[in-house]
Amino acid sequence: MLNSLGREIPEYIEGIGKLEPFQGALTKLRKGWMDEPTIPAPNRAYLPHQSKLCTSLEDAILRSNPHNGMTVSFHHHLRNGDILLVQTLTILHNLGIREITLASSSLNECHDPILTYLKDGTVTRIFSSGIRSQLGRAIALGVLDIPAVIHSHGGRVRSIHTGKIHIDLAIIAASAADCEGNATGSHGKSAFGSIGYAVIDARYAKQVIVVTDNLVNYPCIPLSISQNFIDLVVVVDSIGDASQIATGTTRITNSPMDLRIAKLAADVIEHSGFFEPGFSFQVGAGGASLAVAKFIREKMKVKGLKGSFMLGGITSYCVDMLNDGLFETIFDVQSFDAVVSNSLLNNRRHIEIQAALYANPFNSGCITNKIDVVVLGALEIDVDFNVNVITGSEGNIRGASGGHSDTSSGAKLTVVVCPSFRGRIPIIKKRVHTIVTPGESVHVLVTERGICVNPAYKELEENLRRAGLNVKDIHDLEIEVDEITGIPAPLEYTDKIVGIVEYRDGTIIDVIHQLKEK
Amino acid sequence: MKPKIAAQSGTFESSDVIILIEPLPDHSGRKLEISSTVMQQFGESFKRIVVDMLDQFELTDIHLIAKDKGALEPTIKARLETAIKRSLGEQEGTM
Repeated sequence: MLNSLGREIPEYIEGIGKLEPFQGALTKLRKGWMDEPTIPAPNRAYLPHQSKLCTSLEDAILRSNPHNGMTVSFHHHLRNGDILLVQTLTILHNLGIREITLASSSLNECHDPILTYLKDGTVTRIFSSGIRSQLGRAIALGVLDIPAVIHSHGGRVRSIHTGKIHIDLAIIAASAADCEGNATGSHGKSAFGSIGYAVIDARYAKQVIVVTDNLVNYPCIPLSISQNFIDLVVVVDSIGDASQIATGTTRITNSPMDLRIAKLAADVIEHSGFFEPGFSFQVGAGGASLAVAKFIREKMKVKGLKGSFMLGGITSYCVDMLNDGLFETIFDVQSFDAVVSNSLLNNRRHIEIQAALYANPFNSGCITNKIDVVVLGALEIDVDFNVNVITGSEGNIRGASGGHSDTSSGAKLTVVVCPSFRGRIPIIKKRVHTIVTPGESVHVLVTERGICVNPAYKELEENLRRAGLNVKDIHDLEIEVDEITGIPAPLEYTDKIVGIVEYRDGTIIDVIHQLKEK
Repeated sequence: MKPKIAAQSGTFESSDVIILIEPLPDHSGRKLEISSTVMQQFGESFKRIVVDMLDQFELTDIHLIAKDKGALEPTIKARLETAIKRSLGEQEGTM
């Protein structure tokens, strides 16, 4: 069956179930309720003063009823410094556990060692927001029989409380925790800031293990994760490679191309009609996106304009803007550097939020619904403004859905920033390889070679033209770029589906076919 | 014609290509080694540019190595022409 973007979606996939085709960003939400039931969270009972402490991660796993076909979940706040995911799967593998469903909020390069467990049947299903590196290559080439499911950060919460992802065991890494499992990422030698993605896991998993390298006296505050959801606590030497978790401050790019795009994007925001007192703002941590914050900060100071809140993945740059008094509040679901952890711990206007509050579409209103302006990147964008942030030009899975579709669906102004081509590969396509965010959620594309406004937003286009910005028709820009780079030979795929891309409401926006190896 | 001396042009930078040329013994023909970060998408067009350029200069008995990091066509042609002219002693350059 075809979804509303013209992508062919199978009705049923073995190991996944029935699929519902995407019908529009807000179509399912318009009726005001959800038909999918919320599954009950498990009931557990503990005796007074019963100890939760285990001697090792292996001991804790053995006490958590490991079994074939189980689902194990992780959170990715330690980013590329995480070591617990590989350790846990190695322990399960050594116990002979097979057909595991891996449900991590995202996967990074540091998880490449589990490729061997995908090959030998230890792991047979994956739910994740992002897949990269060797894992992304192997999955694109078809290492798994059941397609990997790519979800957004908000969509993951929905998948868990509606039972699509039924977590048997959640592993929660914490940089500080007490003997009852109250836990946080906001202090300790491995501090990583917000632990927002793991809260839903703690609530819904049958068994929850908190793993820390910093056991503190009871109680561990703040109660980012609270003891009433925690079964077992393990103290280890290290939860991850601190140098990869959070280091110092995030620097603004000095790439002339990124700065040029960022400057243009800031001009677009300034003249969009949404750069008003009390505006709310989100930027990604990547090259050009973060650099937009630098120019917006300057413009806010010049105009004496004060905003409401910043949201999302938070960098030290956001913290600086909060401390400058440019914004009232930060809502932080994921922190990108060490300075952010300190701010989260010490500044009451810097608020840790869970993924459900951040972006879950199936509740009475997540914060992404309140965003005025969001700046996002893209691996590819097409003439219908559909955005791909998951598959690369060489066909590998090499990115993350993250909050891309969540934030863009909520924002009044979604700005996509990217170069018009990268290393001879045109970024503006007639049709993106994989759709993660539908074009209807994207208002404007900013490249170094021109600004393209989604034709559905006429007033925005008029505002930008009136400001003298270089506005082009996206079809013209696509042809212009093709003439510079030449047209790349198309990649070849088989009929086998290796990945499905879930939209935040659980409908299927696209599928990824198996790449033919050359 | 055949190259007189070994020559090179270009860099290893992104969006550039490095070309290395050296003469081969008589009657060796052409030995081409082309690698590119965008081989899958632009490999065929790259090879054609190299062969066309060598034909244009009527070059043989040549060993040519190209390592490309996504250079655009005008860049590829300019780097090739420079390397060829340097190898023929028609143009000064570094090696």
